[in-house]
Amino acid sequence: MTDMARTNTAARTAQSVSARLGRRYAAERTFRLLGLGALLISLGFLVILLSSIFAKGWTGFIQTQVALEITFDTQVIDPEGSRDPAALDTADYAALVRSALSLRLAPEADRGARRELTALISTGAANQLRHMLAAEPDLMGTTHTVWLTASDKLDMVIKGQVPRQVGAEGNTLSDRQLGWVSALETGGNIRKAFNTTFFTAGDSREPEQAGIWGAVVGSFFSLAVTLLVSFPLGVATAVYLEEFAPTNRWTNLIEVNINNLAAVPSVVFGLLGLAVFLNLFHMPRSAPLVGGLVLALICLPTIIIAGRAALKAVPPSIRQAAAGLGASRLQVVVHHVLPLSMPGMLTGTILGMARALGETAPLLMIGMVAFIVDIPKGPLDPAAVLPVQVYLWAGSSERAFVEKTSAAIIVLLLFLVAMNMVAIMLRKKFERRW
Amino acid sequence: MTHFLPEGTVKIAAQNLGVFYGEKQALHAINLDIRAGEVTALIGPSGCGKSTFLRCINRMNDMVDGARVEGSLTLDGNDIYDRGIDVVQLRARVGMVFQKPNPFPKSIYDNVAYGPRIHGMAKDQTELDEIVMNSLEKAGLLGEVEDRLSESGTSLSGGQQQRLCIARAIAVSPEIILMDEPCSALDPIATAKVEELIDELRENFTIVIVTHSMQQAARVSQRTAFFHLGKVVEMGDTEQIFTNPQHTLTQGYITGRFG
Ligand SMILES: Nc1ncnc2c1ncn2[C@@H]1O[C@H](COP(=O)(O)OP(=O)(O)O)[C@@H](O)[C@H]1O
Ligand SMILES: [Mg+2]
Repeated sequence: MTDMARTNTAARTAQSVSARLGRRYAAERTFRLLGLGALLISLGFLVILLSSIFAKGWTGFIQTQVALEITFDTQVIDPEGSRDPAALDTADYAALVRSALSLRLAPEADRGARRELTALISTGAANQLRHMLAAEPDLMGTTHTVWLTASDKLDMVIKGQVPRQVGAEGNTLSDRQLGWVSALETGGNIRKAFNTTFFTAGDSREPEQAGIWGAVVGSFFSLAVTLLVSFPLGVATAVYLEEFAPTNRWTNLIEVNINNLAAVPSVVFGLLGLAVFLNLFHMPRSAPLVGGLVLALICLPTIIIAGRAALKAVPPSIRQAAAGLGASRLQVVVHHVLPLSMPGMLTGTILGMARALGETAPLLMIGMVAFIVDIPKGPLDPAAVLPVQVYLWAGSSERAFVEKTSAAIIVLLLFLVAMNMVAIMLRKKFERRW
Repeated sequence: MTHFLPEGTVKIAAQNLGVFYGEKQALHAINLDIRAGEVTALIGPSGCGKSTFLRCINRMNDMVDGARVEGSLTLDGNDIYDRGIDVVQLRARVGMVFQKPNPFPKSIYDNVAYGPRIHGMAKDQTELDEIVMNSLEKAGLLGEVEDRLSESGTSLSGGQQQRLCIARAIAVSPEIILMDEPCSALDPIATAKVEELIDELRENFTIVIVTHSMQQAARVSQRTAFFHLGKVVEMGDTEQIFTNPQHTLTQGYITGRFG
């Protein structure tokens, strides 16, 4: 090659490179814009979802209350003066509320007016008074201002969820009732307070008395069963497959099947649970025990796969070092491999648990959709779980359940976020140290 | 050192030893004697089977799926692959130091104490402390780590980590220490320290070392075996191998014409 020719080739290369450079940069820019666009769209959806849930749900954490001058009238509560706790327990406290209402708003009310008056206050108010008196027997015969829970209809009007207009959509209050509401408001007898009932009560037909606590406890028992069953089983399976089992056709078959199980729709596991746990073993319906077992089946493949990945990530040199010192196979695993892979296993388990917490369909299959008022005391008591509670409330017709549904979703999301945070923290804390 | 034999007695003997990985034969009819109280160096080009031979001696090949051994390999006259031999016991007698330093991600103390603990070698804490201190001392590491025994073994430098691994192997009081290219991941200064250490350890242990460095083999070993394509081409006193090799292959390798 002559010098001339060489210079020519170099010039041509430079030319063709610079010609393509522009196109290359353009392609890169387009790609980056596309990526950014995709990110923004998904972020947008997330923001819309979260803000709509929070906008709808935050009022669920607040409850309207009405102040009334309650007289703990001995004539009504304990006409015989026996102070017998059983008698006090069964007394007609609703009558106290009724008379306080009519005294305050319509002293000459007829029966119809009295009924309309009572509709302003929750039927749970009687219970509130019962508890007050039980806690403080000295109240007997005295008169006190008590903040009573408003009915859901009044609650909706005060919160502005339905228009203050007779006949308007959603409003069930009459002209007369709206007038009383105004009277109460001008008298400073209406306030909005933190809704403790929502966090302490079980489900109820009355929205203002419905709470999430029963579902939280139900979810807790279910997940406890899930954890107790799936964690030891999953870890043992992962350890056996990864550290002890020979590689042959059988173990390959098992491996493929575990991976397939992880992709099986959860409703199928629900059907399995229905057939096996309920129909074959006759376990109690709606019980967290059964729910937890079904959820354990769903979690198991996830935990096994995560566990095996964590075991694989432990460098072979650690195993060799221990074996070289004369550690038995089991000692190698128990002393070195398992502790080193535990963070990875726990992370996988928490993520599996988070998935289990949100599962609904398989629990519907095993009958965990019953209406349950009592807070479950153990894994054998009938219970609801959080996502099923959301499902139940979303299907209720009362306007006031709309905000309760969103509020329950917020609680569920908070639990999920907390669990994922723990998983991330575990991962951060125990990042590879070798 | 009750097992310690007079210098020069045959400690390990391979007769017609063959090793297969599945269908592939990695070692062919190896005949080799390793003498007590000496450092035996195994040299040869990559893939010639030095590590494979080393791993036969403490049966680390058992951990490889499909590995198979034929012929005989004896330790003090007893077949290592006899069914009556317990691998755990064997490995307590034959320690190993690996190519890459591989301390456990535990404290320096726990690294050294691990072997004695699993073999129940110490009656109480003071005895265990003694073993740990002794081993660190013998590995020439005590001065450097004395005041930070609870720090992680992985926080040490590469050379220190390798000496920690040697201390860990010594702590079990083995009769033999196998070293598979122990200095290949170390810098020259750390290498010099480990070589010095190997020379001292010869007093108490029989050492078999695989190395890629001719100088290292010449410096630390009394006997050298030259491997090529899964066979022992030549075996003899180190001095003789390096000054007067009998085989042209050996000569070619040590003068650097191939490898
Ligand atoms: N675990 C194994 N599985 C299959 N073949 C192996 C394995 N280990 C080593 N070999 C093969 O055995 C031969 C000898 O390897 P090795 O003993 O590691 O050589 P060296 O240590 O001398 O470099 C090589 O051909 C290598 O490919
Ligand atoms: Mg090797």
